[in-house]
Amino acid sequence: MNPGKILLVEDNPDDVTLTLRALKSHNITNEVIVAQDGVQAIGLLFGSKDRPAPAELPAVVLLDLKLPKINGMEVLQRIRADERTRLLPVVILTSSDEERDVIDGYSLGANSYVRKPVDFVEFTKAAQQLGLYWLLMNRAAPSPRGP
Amino acid sequence: MSIRDWPIKRKLTAILLLISGLVLLLTSAAFVTYEVVTFRQTTLIHLATRSQILAANSTAALAFANEADATEILDALKYDPHMVAAALYGQDGRVLATYPAAGAADLIPPAPQPDGYRFEGGRLVGFTPVAQGGNQRLGTLYIMSDTKAVSDTLRLSAIIAIVVLAIAMLAAYALAAALQGQISEPILALANTATAVATQQDYFARAPKFGEDELGQLADAFNQMLGRLEEQKKELQQHATRLEQRVAERTEELEHRNEALRRNAAELLAANTELDAFAYSVSHDLRAPLRSIDGFSQVVLEDYAGQLGDAGRDALQRVRAASQRMATLIDDLLKLARVTRAEMRTERVDLSGIAREIVLDIQRATPDREVDFAIAPDLEAQGDTRLLRVVLDNLLRNGWKYTGKQPKPRVEFTAVDDNGDRVFVIKDNGAGFDMRYADKLFGVFQRLHSAAEFEGTGVGLATVRRIITRHGGRIWAEGAVDQGATFFFTL
Repeated sequence: MNPGKILLVEDNPDDVTLTLRALKSHNITNEVIVAQDGVQAIGLLFGSKDRPAPAELPAVVLLDLKLPKINGMEVLQRIRADERTRLLPVVILTSSDEERDVIDGYSLGANSYVRKPVDFVEFTKAAQQLGLYWLLMNRAAPSPRGP
Repeated sequence: MSIRDWPIKRKLTAILLLISGLVLLLTSAAFVTYEVVTFRQTTLIHLATRSQILAANSTAALAFANEADATEILDALKYDPHMVAAALYGQDGRVLATYPAAGAADLIPPAPQPDGYRFEGGRLVGFTPVAQGGNQRLGTLYIMSDTKAVSDTLRLSAIIAIVVLAIAMLAAYALAAALQGQISEPILALANTATAVATQQDYFARAPKFGEDELGQLADAFNQMLGRLEEQKKELQQHATRLEQRVAERTEELEHRNEALRRNAAELLAANTELDAFAYSVSHDLRAPLRSIDGFSQVVLEDYAGQLGDAGRDALQRVRAASQRMATLIDDLLKLARVTRAEMRTERVDLSGIAREIVLDIQRATPDREVDFAIAPDLEAQGDTRLLRVVLDNLLRNGWKYTGKQPKPRVEFTAVDDNGDRVFVIKDNGAGFDMRYADKLFGVFQRLHSAAEFEGTGVGLATVRRIITRHGGRIWAEGAVDQGATFFFTL
């Protein structure tokens, strides 16, 4: 099992619980780091004045769009703007299926766009597929070494 | 320049001169002729008289054949410058004496001719008998005078006539020139006024009136006309002013309306933008709680299955079903809202092609259900491709859905021409509907079948109708219970 971490950027605590449960129910045991808003997400990826940047990047970022403070698109832009995280796999996981969001997401460099289904059974299936694909099948770009 | 083009003054003067000239000429000619004729007669009579006096005086000389006396008597004729020649013939017809005394042989006829006086070759000649007593003829007196007197008189008369004619014509001309003004002045004044009015548009000018004759009437009529023109011009100006006012008013009105329209458009735009934002947040905000409801119900179902019992499980299943249904409703509503505010791009749309794609989609998604789809070829229309795809998708899937209970389900997509309009037809042989509720078909969330019979949210047809309306078309349906439904639409 790939030891890669999953960064879950999600402000709704219910959704966090359900997502974690969904991943667990399909035996995806990778560590899931949760950021509850955009600022936290960026801090976790790039470091802040409280902590340095982590040595290791997550294997995949599950990014919700509607976040307080900084919204998902801006986080995505920041991720793609930084040399360290430019090639990091980002999966937009959101309720919205507005065309505008899909287009903007891909334009800003998201790797995938998944609409969260209301039906929880469907949701766990989706989580399983996401996990299997991004953690096992997909080969991410090698992490750039160095400070 | 032809006579017609002469100025009036000249015409009038010419006419007057012509007439007076003619009159004078005729009169003079008559007068002169009369003069001449009378004078000839007088001359003749004079000659006759003189001859007779001479003849009377010559009786003695002739009786005694006294040549010398006869010559002396004849010589008296020298005092008359007009006498050319004379001769006395004796009884035997021989010349006794002549005047002039000598050298007049060619002037004197050799023998006396019959008595009488006549004009002969420009001269006046006469033969007078010389008689004594009453019947004793002694001889003949021949006398010849020239007609110079006559011609002189003629010339004199002619000269006088011509002079008189000239003076009279001059006088006539002067008078004509002076008096023709009576006629021509008013006419010229009228003509000038008319020209002034025509060229300078001066309707205040008036023709002067010179008298109460026809020219005066003409001037009156003309002035009346001018007065009327002036009035009409004033009226026209008033009309024009009023029109301008009205135009200004209308323009103002129009501007107000335009303003209102612009404001409306701005409001609509604002409303649309709000709707946009609303739809966007709806798609996030309303779904998240639903997800929680469904999710945690499932958690309970999974984690506490044993403690729930059948009723508990059933209740939670219903909770899940309801939240999922709500999600579908929200999605359908969102689709409907999107349809209303989507930008329409009009182009040529291959309806048959789109229909065939949709059919393939349906068949791929549910390969176990066999439905006969009959799509007519070459169906085209002008409209927005994406929106029309939604229409066909809805209608064809409806047809597929409502024939679920048929042994031989069939859905047709064709077109007919009705009075020059192209009407598209989608017909199925499924459950149909009661025509009494036909007007409810297209309402939002309106359904004519329960969810147990056929699933659906009741938004599909509302969406379809909104799209058709945006294309400027109409949609309507016919059907009967268990005998299928037919949907017609125009674009």
